[in-house]
Amino acid sequence: MSSLELRGITVRYGRFTAVQDVDLLVPEGTVTGLVGGSGSGKSTLGKAVVGLAPRTAGRVLVAGRETDRRRGRGPVQLVFQNPYASLDPRMGIGAAVAEALPGPAAPRSRPFRGTPARARRAARDAEVARYLELVGIDPSRAALTPDALSGGQRQRVALARALAARPAVLIADEITSALDVSVQGAVLNLLRRLQRELGFAMLFISHNLAVVRYLSDQVAVLDGGRLVECGPTDRVLRRPAHPTTRTLLSCVPTLAPTEDAS
Amino acid sequence: MSQETRSPQARPREAGTAPRHRRAHTLRTPVGVTALTGCLLVALVAVLGPVLLGTRAARIDTDAINQASSAAHLLGTDNLGRDIAARVVVATRLTLELTLLATAIGTVGGLLLGVAPAVLGRRAGRLITATVGVLVAFPGLLFLLFLATVFGVGSTGAVWAVGLAMVPPTARLVQNLTASVAGADYVAAARILGVGRCRLVVRHLLPNIAEPSVLYATQAAGGILVAFSGLSFLGLGVQPPQYDWGRLLNEQLNRIYVNPVAALAPGLAVVLTGLMFGLVGEALAQAGGRRAPRPRPAAPRRAVTPAREAAADTVPDAADGSLVQVRDLRVTFPGGRHAVRGISLGIGAGEAVGLVGESGSGKSLSALALADLVPHPGRTGARTLRFDGHDLRADPRLGTSLAMVFQDPMAALNPALRVGRQLAEVAEVHLGATRAQAAARAADRLGAVRIPAPERRARQRPHEYSGGMRQRAVIAMGLMGQPKLIIADEPTTALDVAVQQQVLDLLAEVRADSGAALLLISHDLAVVAQVCERVLVMYAGLIVEDLPVTELARGAAHPYTRALVGAVPTMTTDPGTPLATIPGRPPEPGEDGGGCSFAPRCDRARERCHAAAPELAGFGTGRRVACWYPVGTTAGASAVTTSPEGETAS
Repeated sequence: MSSLELRGITVRYGRFTAVQDVDLLVPEGTVTGLVGGSGSGKSTLGKAVVGLAPRTAGRVLVAGRETDRRRGRGPVQLVFQNPYASLDPRMGIGAAVAEALPGPAAPRSRPFRGTPARARRAARDAEVARYLELVGIDPSRAALTPDALSGGQRQRVALARALAARPAVLIADEITSALDVSVQGAVLNLLRRLQRELGFAMLFISHNLAVVRYLSDQVAVLDGGRLVECGPTDRVLRRPAHPTTRTLLSCVPTLAPTEDAS
Repeated sequence: MSQETRSPQARPREAGTAPRHRRAHTLRTPVGVTALTGCLLVALVAVLGPVLLGTRAARIDTDAINQASSAAHLLGTDNLGRDIAARVVVATRLTLELTLLATAIGTVGGLLLGVAPAVLGRRAGRLITATVGVLVAFPGLLFLLFLATVFGVGSTGAVWAVGLAMVPPTARLVQNLTASVAGADYVAAARILGVGRCRLVVRHLLPNIAEPSVLYATQAAGGILVAFSGLSFLGLGVQPPQYDWGRLLNEQLNRIYVNPVAALAPGLAVVLTGLMFGLVGEALAQAGGRRAPRPRPAAPRRAVTPAREAAADTVPDAADGSLVQVRDLRVTFPGGRHAVRGISLGIGAGEAVGLVGESGSGKSLSALALADLVPHPGRTGARTLRFDGHDLRADPRLGTSLAMVFQDPMAALNPALRVGRQLAEVAEVHLGATRAQAAARAADRLGAVRIPAPERRARQRPHEYSGGMRQRAVIAMGLMGQPKLIIADEPTTALDVAVQQQVLDLLAEVRADSGAALLLISHDLAVVAQVCERVLVMYAGLIVEDLPVTELARGAAHPYTRALVGAVPTMTTDPGTPLATIPGRPPEPGEDGGGCSFAPRCDRARERCHAAAPELAGFGTGRRVACWYPVGTTAGASAVTTSPEGETAS
């Protein structure tokens, strides 16, 4: 397992700077929560790491080695916010997970060369079933297309797909914000369990501080594309040093009614 | 980077019937039947025609030149004495072959050119897009004739000319379709996985543009048939001794006054076959779900169960003096899907009530039903639907004393109109204000929702506003009249956390200033807890609990409310323990086992819960709960007998 290190990441769209000079270290096997208001650049930063947003400057290091995004798959996988858009509506969920598996899809993969097609397919199906089971989806449903699944189930499949690529680092971009609260709990529990079992480093992007607090070892706060605060979760949330963090904290709605409401 | 995009498609179980089922269903519609029959008929004629009538069509009979229609020659004969009827039938095969060949050329070419920009680099992609743009700008007929001249007369040349002429428009369509698919998250996900360009096209792009492309190709085939017949008619297409319908039309047209049927028959064949292509396209569109076939008539609805009727009467009588009185409100969709299954509620003047529930619970539809805005196939029914002393069904009050705030402020404002103008419209339509008065009030109202420099801002269009500012403007629009009730449907879901707080504060402030009541719909319990005094919890189309907000955090009586509260991580949740979850899934609309709809997921459920549905009954003071065994009572006791001490709220 490996760490994720960002050095001086800058993303510019024309004259607009979405992310400016961000340095961030996600240590091996830990979770870093990335918070900020809308437009703070947190999603753009996540996309820049996997190469979906153009990096104007900066380097992404996984386990100390620079990633090359031009060829094949990188060691970083991303789970998208909206499970209704991140799965191909025409592809069975099993096929979607299979696509992520390292193996015969890459033509020169050695272990499978020479094995008969049927054995290869059986091995593949077994792997798909394993990953679906890992996220709590019945493998017998592998042939279904996403429209037969609920939002929470789709997000589980998206998670299975990302994990099937055996990433060293996982980026979760607002993965529960399109889900209902009861489903959100189940997905968060799952993510936490898998992260502990598989030990990957994770960058957890969210606007929900309570969720970030629940999952993260370390919290990073973005504002206007700049990293304004970063530290252990407890310290940052208890003694916020930057005004942005304080504002974010004061805006967390709570179940206990406030005085002026009633 | 929007916080939450809870799009309407976020309702998986309403996604519709399975494709296979839909296909079978389409084949049974009149369009499907006609298209299928037409296809079979034309195919049969094309295959058997030349075999059966080939010799007859080619036989030259100098004794019967240019005869009119007779028993021997149904459509008469041509200038060599050949039977025209037989020739029209025999020509079917060649005509169809050439048409389909040209369509194939056009479709394949269009797909290649259309997909290329998404696959090639940016520069090559731009070049192709620009080229296609230029070619599309060229008049179609001129392009066709130009190509026909280039390729020379004859069928081969004509096939290429007609096929290539179809390439630019097809390419443009495919480009647009792929551009939207290529921007989708699942394509981005495939890119991250390192899926190669070709695999990306074959596995993700093409399957997702297949339906509209096939539909377009069938429609284009009809056009190509006509174009090809036109070329042959002009003498540029099929050359003798070969003949297609266009050629036959060409040969017989000069005798149209002598033997009209001989000229009309090939023309009719072209028209009918063209129509058939159109129908096939229509049927494919239906089967693909682009245009939903009309749903089957709803299953005969069960009579409202007497038990539920009676329950509707248990609405607190105190509600009689209240602003909103709703009894037994139902929203039904075709196919017998009951989205809202008979809810009763009352809202007092100036009261702030929250309506919470998960997606599909019917909370938004309930609110839309109050405003008479239930989307088209849905039907609203209620025994009582009164607002401020008026029957809402007879006298909708939207715009004057009933204001509505929607989830997505960008969608709620017309992007082409200045914000001030849109607000002013409300005053002009509902209050009979003059244009100047209305504009002044609009600026005043924008100021009231704390938009700085309201006069200047009123002259701007929605895109010049930030998200939070837009939602303020929508709230201001509701304030143009004198609202007694503001219905806010997930007003902060699309907004940033910091902005959410501002909008919630604003709603509270507006309520304090205007004395309006508020019905706040949200999936977020914390949002509701911030603003409201009373909370209604909906599950599977029913209100399951009605409780003061002070009880929400700890004193909820319904197991579902308890579970919802427990499932939300807060700033005090212990990171060491797993979050509470609710096993199972909510029932689909129409899935009604007869018992409590939450029973299958409830760990407190007993036999009684599965057998009979509990009614929403009084529970303590000012509270109602629909549960046989509410939390906080001695197990097994009836809901109404015990009420926890000291819980006298609002």
